[in-house]
Amino acid sequence: MTPDDLLYTKEHEWIRVADNVGTVGITDFATKELGEVVYVELPKVGDKFKSGDAFGNVESVKAVSELFLPCTGEVIEVNEDLGNAPELLNEDPYGKAWLVQIRLKDPAETADLMSAEEYDEYTKEEE
Amino acid sequence: MTEIKKTALNGVHKRMGARMVPFGGWEMPVEYSGIAKEHAAVRNAAGLFDVSHMGEFEVKGSGALDLIQSVTSNDASKLADGQAQYSALPYPEGTVVDDLLVYRHSLDHYLLVVNAGNIDKDLEWIRSHNHYQATVDNISDRTSLVAVQGPKAAGTVQKITAVPLDRIEYYHFVRGKVLGADTIISRTGYTGEDGFELYFSSEHSEKIWSALLESGSSEGLLPAGLGARNTLRLEAKMLLYGNDMDQTTTLLEAGLGWIVKFDKPSFVGRDALLEQKRVGLKRKLVGFDMLGRDIAREHYPAFVDGREVGHVTSGSPSITLKKNIGLAYLPVEHSAIGSKFQVSVRGRMCDAQIVPTPFYKRR
Repeated sequence: MTPDDLLYTKEHEWIRVADNVGTVGITDFATKELGEVVYVELPKVGDKFKSGDAFGNVESVKAVSELFLPCTGEVIEVNEDLGNAPELLNEDPYGKAWLVQIRLKDPAETADLMSAEEYDEYTKEEE
Repeated sequence: MTEIKKTALNGVHKRMGARMVPFGGWEMPVEYSGIAKEHAAVRNAAGLFDVSHMGEFEVKGSGALDLIQSVTSNDASKLADGQAQYSALPYPEGTVVDDLLVYRHSLDHYLLVVNAGNIDKDLEWIRSHNHYQATVDNISDRTSLVAVQGPKAAGTVQKITAVPLDRIEYYHFVRGKVLGADTIISRTGYTGEDGFELYFSSEHSEKIWSALLESGSSEGLLPAGLGARNTLRLEAKMLLYGNDMDQTTTLLEAGLGWIVKFDKPSFVGRDALLEQKRVGLKRKLVGFDMLGRDIAREHYPAFVDGREVGHVTSGSPSITLKKNIGLAYLPVEHSAIGSKFQVSVRGRMCDAQIVPTPFYKRR
């Protein structure tokens, strides 16, 4: 099930916001579309991005897909576990396979994102 | 945009939960249980592929051989009845209309098997060169093609036909019954493994597909999609039209000189290819390993000493070899085995090294 404590983008990222810090990942729908993930390319701590910027890439056997940041902010932590275990993205996309944590510049930006219910509706249309 | 085409097994794929994607104008299964799993099944046991999107032309008549000889680069006169040959249709410039298989039923009856996305183009090309009163029929729409590939392929197919498969040599075929259906049983494939390709009339496709699935399941056979087909063929360095060669690359540049026979009667492209052979190639297709963890993908530029000198045509993780491999066009002076170059992976220079091919060869 799509966790209802997260917010979602049309590009299939999720973000969990607490105290102006956002934890970002990609959705179960996205990892199913990708197939087996073999490599994840992430930014460095301190890198700054605007909402909608590409901040990394995820490689599956067949293709590479860009990752887009749901909100403007500065990277404060990167999930180093994915370097050795990219398959976590297929196994636990909402848990162990979070990608980055960012300090949000403007938490009001999250108003533009989708709820779990809205995201489910959106992916149903995409299918 | 024309409507997307569907093979006779389209409904079966969807019921089985395959992920479907558009490919060459067709809606095809890209994966069932996962590319890596399906790839490993083909290397270790067997995989079952629906490749009915491929095109089939029947060429008949007393001028059939002359027509085929005039448009293809390989020497079809060397074929015996029941034998198949990998060949190509060159343009006058020596570049590639398509690659294909030529099957000889008899001296005046051949089957040509071409790429799905090139069916209309090839048909027009061949017919426009038909000065030999041969008949050229496009039987693609009524022909299904399934491939069973892997070390357990022969055992799997043998369970559903009385035709003795051990008598069919590599790149040979027989016509016989499979579950009552008239079938061309061909010992060919696009994976680098032993295996068979079965051509039959589309109304038999669900019956034969289900029987093969059931026959092979105890041996570890899995249904497999175009994703695994691509990673398998790349390991075996079998070229993909549209990626590794096309109308902009010559057969010699693509490393397909072995299917260009200058000592047969003249054919389209012969003069240009002969001239290129005489003058020498400026670039050629090479196989490479990525030295880091980055994956080279098609169209990524290739650099030597900071200068862009070529590009990647195919690239992916090699499931069998556990490294990232690819094919690229490079200038001949930078194409020696062992030479290093860089691939720009989304703007980052990543080291690659030219290696002997095929990357994988079955034991």
